[in-house]
Order: sequence, then structure tokens, then C-alpha cells
Amino acid sequence: MKATDLVEKTQLRDDVPDFAPGDTLKVHVKVIEGSRERVQIFQGIVIGRRGDGAGESFTVRKVSFGVGVERCFPLHSPVIEKIEVVTRGDVRRAKLYYLRDRVGKAAKVKEKRDR
Amino acid sequence: MATKSIVGRKVGMTQVWDEENRVVPVTVLSVDPNRVVQVRTPEQDGYSAIQVTYGSKKAQRVNKPEGGHYAKAGVEPGVELLELRLEDVSDFTVGQELGADVFEAGDRVDAMGTSKGKGFTGVMKRHNFAGQRATHGAHLVHRMPGSIGMCATPARVFKGMRMAGHSGNQNVTVQNLVIVKADTENQLLLVKGSVPGAKGSTIIIRDAVKGN
Repeated sequence: MKATDLVEKTQLRDDVPDFAPGDTLKVHVKVIEGSRERVQIFQGIVIGRRGDGAGESFTVRKVSFGVGVERCFPLHSPVIEKIEVVTRGDVRRAKLYYLRDRVGKAAKVKEKRDR
Repeated sequence: MATKSIVGRKVGMTQVWDEENRVVPVTVLSVDPNRVVQVRTPEQDGYSAIQVTYGSKKAQRVNKPEGGHYAKAGVEPGVELLELRLEDVSDFTVGQELGADVFEAGDRVDAMGTSKGKGFTGVMKRHNFAGQRATHGAHLVHRMPGSIGMCATPARVFKGMRMAGHSGNQNVTVQNLVIVKADTENQLLLVKGSVPGAKGSTIIIRDAVKGN
């Protein structure tokens, strides 16, 4: 147990699903437009998770209109309304940065098959 | 001068979310109840302050003069004795206990502590000198200070010339930090930003003397 846990405990969200690099996620992000708030979905492959405790974050990559887009979210951010796991990926690395150099079919991540 | 002050211990740093969903880096300070051992008044001592202690110390580790001082005040011996300089001490009495509720969220404070010792360091680390070139013939001078003076006039090095030497392990005050939260339940103070010293070191928090 870390000494600052007493403070961090109150900052953590308890609805984070179990996910790992390679998984495809739907991240529901709260966006404030002027005075009203709406939810935007960012769907893509998790290419890494880093940090721990209140400072943990993860990076999601998607290819939008042929352009690679990566977004890094603090895992416990109140900006995130919900995280949905779409598919589980079968990968052998913790950081999937190699996907940045690949396009098309080569940039795909194999889906995990349950045995 | 400060109107309120307290002694705490640095627990470590973490982050919290503010109401606009932004990350606020905070230092967590734990405040053991501060017991007032003596009240210093201008009439008697020439200045105003409260002498406090916190925590507890084994009876066998308290030496006689110290023990006598505590016994006179009727206060249980603590880890160390500190004086908190305050503008007005008329509200304080010997034996009184102070907690984290001295401050509240939004207060601007100064944090005083002893910085981490760095040992003997060069000028780049100690005084933020730029050092010298990495290439173009620089030989064994990459982190050197360069010239430290002129020539036959003045034929000496001026006093106070910044050079290599011991750094760190000195009293440092960081001014105008904001209290993010005063947790009276767990006796914790959350201060925005960093405070000097290692984890577990003693930090004096007082309300900001400048600004506001």
C-alpha cells in the first residue's frame, strides 16, 4: 500500500473494465460544446497502458479517413463516461507502437480466441 | 506575519481532479495533532510564537531537561519541538491541540522544509549554468563553469562567485501554494504543487505572508 493511497482511493473510478493492449475499445467521452454537454465515442485499438494509481493512462489508436489518430486518456478521468470493450486482441507485446508503421491489413490485430 | 500555522509531515505526491475535470498535482501532508508546549509573547520573550510538538516519544528517549520542560507544560513528550512564529498568540493556551482544520480549501499558504541533500555538485546542477559545448574541440570542459573573473585587475575572484559545492539540505520556503483540501477526518492537508524535502520530512505550513 502506498502512503498516498488514502487520497488516491477517492479519485479512482470503480467502473473500469478489465482491458489490455490489443483490445478494441469504445471510449465514451464527455464533450462540452458551449453550454451543453454531449457524449462522443472514440473507438480504436489500445496500444498501451502506463502508470498506476490515480495517474494511470492508456492510449487508443484508430485510423480515421486514412489518417492515424491516437488519443491518450487518463484512466480515472471524470471526462470518460464509460469504457466498453468491443473485442479482445491477441498480442505478444505491452506496447503496440509497431502499428504506427503499418497500414491496411497489416495494421490489424488478431482477435483472441477462447479455448 | 503569519496568522495561522501548523506542522505536518510530507507523505508524498499524487493527483486529484478538480471540478472542471482537470488534473491537479498535490502533495499530501499528514498532520499529527500539534500540542502547544509554550506560548511566546512579546512581553516575556520579545517576539510572539507558539512552541509545539507532535507525535510521541518513548519515555526513555526523553532527556531530563527536555522532560522537565514537557512536565512543566503538562504535555506528553513529542518527536520534536518547533516554534511557529505568529502575529497574535493571545488565542493559544498551553496544552491546546491543533489539527488540519486550521486551514481550509482555497487558503494560500507557504510551505517550509529542508530540501533533499544533493552532496557536492557542479555548477550546472547547483546554479543552472549552461555548461560548454559538446563538440567543436571542447575537451573535458563540458560541464565546467568557464571563466570566473578578469585578469591582473582585479587579480582576485570576487566574493560570492557561484561555483561548485555542497547543495541541497537547506531550509527552503515555497510561497503561495493553494490548499486543495483539508481532510479533517484523516488529518491530511492536500497542497497544490510540490513542497521541499523528502517523504517523511517535517514541513511547516503557514498562511501566505505575501500575495493575496
